[in-house]
Amino acid sequence: MTVPETAAIPKRDRLLRRTLRDPVAVACLVILALVILASLAAPLLTDYAPDHSVLSDTLAPVSGAHPLGGDGVGRDVLSRLLYGGRTSLLGGTLAALVAFLVGGPLGLVSGFYRGWFDAAAGWIINVIMAVPAIIVMLVVMAALSQDLNVAMIVLGVIMAPMVFRLIRASVVSVREELYVDAARVSGLGDPRIMRRHILPVVVAPSVIQATQLFAVAIGIQAGLSFLGLGKASQASWGAMLNDGFTNVYTEPTLLVWPGLAMAVTILAASLLGNAVRDALGTTETRVVRRRRPGPRKTAAGGPSPSDRLLTVEGLRISYPKPGRSGGSDGSDGDKIVVDGVSLTVERGEVLGLVGESGSGKSQTAFAVLGLLPNEAEVTADQMSFTGKELLGVSQAALNALRGRGIGYVPQEPMSNLDPCFRIGSQLVEPMRKHLGISRSEARTKALELLARVGIPDPERVFKSYPHQVSGGMAQRVLIAGAVSCDPHLLIADEPTTALDVTVQAEVLDLMRSLQQEREMGMILVTHDFGVVADICDRVAVMQTGRIVETAPVEKIFASPEHAYTRMLLDSTLEGGPARAALGAPLKEVTS
Amino acid sequence: MLVFLLRRIAAGVVLVVVVATATFLLLSLTGTDVARNILGESASPAQVSAKAHELGLDQPLVVRYGHWIDRAVHGDLGQSWFTGDSVNQSLANTLPITLSIVLVGMLIALVLSIVLGTVAALRGGWVDRVVQFAAVLGTAIPSFLIALVLAVVMAVQLGLLPATGYVALGTSPSGWLQSVILPAVALAVAATAATAMQVRGALIDVLRADFVRTLRSRGLNTRSVVYRHALRNAAPPALTVLALQFIGLIGGAVVVEKVFGLPGIGTLANSAAVRGDSPVLLGTVVVTVTVVVAVNLLLDIAYGWLNPKVRVS
Amino acid sequence: MTAGPAAPTPLLELEDVVVEYPGKGRRAKPFRVLHGVSLSIAPGETLGLVGESGSGKTTLGRAVLGLAPVTGGSIRYAGKPVSGLGKRERRALSKDVQVVFQDPFTSLNPAMTVMDILTEPMLVTGVSRTDAERRVQTLLDQVYLPHDAAQRLPREFSGGQRQRIAIARALCRDPKLIVCDEPVSALDLSTQARVLDLFIEIQEATGVAYLFVTHDLSVVRHISHRVAVLYRGDIVETGHAAQVTEHPEHAYTKRLLLAAPVPDPQRQAQRRAERLRLARERDAS
Repeated sequence: MTVPETAAIPKRDRLLRRTLRDPVAVACLVILALVILASLAAPLLTDYAPDHSVLSDTLAPVSGAHPLGGDGVGRDVLSRLLYGGRTSLLGGTLAALVAFLVGGPLGLVSGFYRGWFDAAAGWIINVIMAVPAIIVMLVVMAALSQDLNVAMIVLGVIMAPMVFRLIRASVVSVREELYVDAARVSGLGDPRIMRRHILPVVVAPSVIQATQLFAVAIGIQAGLSFLGLGKASQASWGAMLNDGFTNVYTEPTLLVWPGLAMAVTILAASLLGNAVRDALGTTETRVVRRRRPGPRKTAAGGPSPSDRLLTVEGLRISYPKPGRSGGSDGSDGDKIVVDGVSLTVERGEVLGLVGESGSGKSQTAFAVLGLLPNEAEVTADQMSFTGKELLGVSQAALNALRGRGIGYVPQEPMSNLDPCFRIGSQLVEPMRKHLGISRSEARTKALELLARVGIPDPERVFKSYPHQVSGGMAQRVLIAGAVSCDPHLLIADEPTTALDVTVQAEVLDLMRSLQQEREMGMILVTHDFGVVADICDRVAVMQTGRIVETAPVEKIFASPEHAYTRMLLDSTLEGGPARAALGAPLKEVTS
Repeated sequence: MLVFLLRRIAAGVVLVVVVATATFLLLSLTGTDVARNILGESASPAQVSAKAHELGLDQPLVVRYGHWIDRAVHGDLGQSWFTGDSVNQSLANTLPITLSIVLVGMLIALVLSIVLGTVAALRGGWVDRVVQFAAVLGTAIPSFLIALVLAVVMAVQLGLLPATGYVALGTSPSGWLQSVILPAVALAVAATAATAMQVRGALIDVLRADFVRTLRSRGLNTRSVVYRHALRNAAPPALTVLALQFIGLIGGAVVVEKVFGLPGIGTLANSAAVRGDSPVLLGTVVVTVTVVVAVNLLLDIAYGWLNPKVRVS
Repeated sequence: MTAGPAAPTPLLELEDVVVEYPGKGRRAKPFRVLHGVSLSIAPGETLGLVGESGSGKTTLGRAVLGLAPVTGGSIRYAGKPVSGLGKRERRALSKDVQVVFQDPFTSLNPAMTVMDILTEPMLVTGVSRTDAERRVQTLLDQVYLPHDAAQRLPREFSGGQRQRIAIARALCRDPKLIVCDEPVSALDLSTQARVLDLFIEIQEATGVAYLFVTHDLSVVRHISHRVAVLYRGDIVETGHAAQVTEHPEHAYTKRLLLAAPVPDPQRQAQRRAERLRLARERDAS
């Protein structure tokens, strides 16, 4: 039932500020500014024209007159480096600009209106993307012009598909958002929806891509001039590399300057893009490996009674970052999600764990299974299953227990089956591991299980992939998987919440009959008091990480003790009067 | 699946024809007098018009195109305007060289990207950050710059491997490997970086998926969960990226071949472009696009094999 | 089937409405979600629309809003046909017909402040910014949110509070009809009850009518004057809330009713027995 927090998109000014707080970003900006300045100020920094060749200066050494020496045909290296910078920067800018001018509007329209325009654009884009850019450039330069700037404009058109794809994808994803529907229902016209709701989302990824395209274009331009294309009068880093390469055995340093200039410019541009991406927060949070502390005290409670399956005492779960598991009120700072929970489950008993979102009921269930995220810190006075410690033991020990001793039924049926494997193999794999039986034995047992959970055609489902069965069917498969290795305890996390009410009733019937026939203990995590009344023997009510009341199911409904339990029960609409017909006397209640 | 394949093949054929046609038209736009270029400044106007007639340049565009496409369909891509060599023969000589470096590059990228992406996703922490940073560098730096560095350091300075030249696989497998390994590595860097990031991202997403938790709840060990289930689920999106990277690899080969002095398709295309040798240039475009289509088809098949939703429907 | 005594001029009237989505691929048959649905809503009335997933209940709401392709039948608002309207006429209707969606997390633009979200529909109609901002204060009062809420972003609010913001947005141009698409099903139990009461309070104060789409029979019983049951694209039963939820006539409605567990162990045990008995009878026949 918990609705995940949507990732917030920071406003643009905040994005800029966050980017500028990153030292790498600042360094990149400074480097790019220096490269731009040096190129612009080329006439001030050097007296030589970039294509002025003096025979006596061929491969001239570094001197006052030629701070970086002379090249293979006697031109000043520094001058060519500075003027070449102009060519590169202009070329990169031209290409990126054209790519956005062409790809941007097309992507916007394509993603927003879809239909035939989208189909046609998509087809053309695929054609353009199937041909390597540099080959197209060869053709274009052979056919149209040797001017590198013209070539870069054409390159912009060739790179436009990348912009198109990016913009289209972001527009399509935003367009599906309910708030765009809401804006439409509010009477906003298409241009306004684009400006207010769609463009802001597109800006940040566009900035990132612009830096990448800029870098790619500089590389391709250099590649072309390295190949010897382009006008001889246009100084460029690629042509310098070409010249350096022909003299590689005599004067390898000629390669160093243009290579360095190019590498530095390209890296600065792409690292800048990367920094913007980081500031956007689109990179995944890093997985923190944390040693899970063991129990604070070991089994102080003495030997547990023989029918006791699970004992949890003083369970506490916290997260290092605030707001990770999210209280429903979204308050920050509260890192503790479960605070001193104690519960027991007897053999053959169904314990309902009830609470609203953020109460910590699912966290408690996952803690028992050892399936909390790595960054969770778990401590407990005691947490044991049939006398075996659950906390601080090795993964191997837990794996021996999971599936075999404790089974798990998840909430969402479709997302809990591996889409790449047949249902049969997903059932067979754990059985072979835990029960040590052969493939064919496991197969027979799996088919029996599928029949047992009420699947009409076990053979077909066994061979099916998850996407080929319905949600109710998938939940039955998951229940079959949970009980396949005959566990003593079943942990079901909202097992029917995602199902329709008629399917829910059937699945609850199935779980009850399995539980009774196998005498399993069960923890049923739910928010629904109807489900509790249907299947539970005992109920523990949770509120913000604590259990406020535990009692037999009849007592919870008949005489709840805690105010919170009473409030929850009062909130259920069942049993209340139906609303009277419109125009009926106000006080009259149909019963 | 068969229908799916046939449709992809048909789409590929259409693609090749469209690209060939577009290239043909583009090359016909050239303002320069081709016959004059071929014969040089000293030729008389009569000689020039005779040459133009010989090459069929005096005919209308439609006729020339029809003629070309008719021959192309029958497997003949014409002759070079300048040398008169058969384009088919030139392509047959150069294609193996380009394919060698590109496919070895793809193989390197495939293996390395899986290893690096998986390590980054699983280890996290500084390992992840180093891989991510290296990937940004790897995607940004053009392959020919890497090739230059490799050529200068490994071949020229250290003399570990040959700087130039190509040895056919049939002649000497070890010689072949030595001649293609440096260019292949130079080409593989960008593809590795991009694909590794995709593997990393997809794997992190998959490891957070509900079904991974459920698999773990069944007591399967980490090895099975990560390498059998998670990696398998992360493969399709990575494959999509790799398919795109292949096109970049072919493009990169054009320049990298020059660095290592390999007489491949890129070198052929480059010299044709410089001279304005349309039939040869056209031939290289057709062959390149065909190779791209073929490799994409193979990757499509692999994608379908990895993704049951495509296979079973 | 007893249709409720709708007022002489219904606010909204659906007649044999068919909704089809084009099939995947060019030659595939279109996918028909609604097979000719007829219903009407009187001014100030709540019509509850119940159904399970795939019944087409959400599609019906979207068809009324002009967000789903109506390929047959007619939708009339205040006597005038509204299906197949041009974009401009459709926009004129937005003053009267509004929406509250299920998911309060994606129905509000995360980058906009509550003030921007609430003033936007007013500003497009040429209301001055000062007037619009003044109206926002009234709206926030109406849905019991503090005044300083206007300057905050949606992510600072809980699900229930966000749904109140969505209700305020729907109210800002005094609509006559609000389509409510499962507006409380993503909320916690206690929040759900309070938001439902807010819906009723607003209706009593403003006389707005609701088309209330939900899968939850207890919710629909609580808020609806009349209830329509949708099953696989057809309405199988319509009637007063008490009648449909206590003495259903159609077999599917009966099944639906018995399947919903009640929060009372003894009564639930009886219902379960009754349901299993009916299921056995159905299997036998």
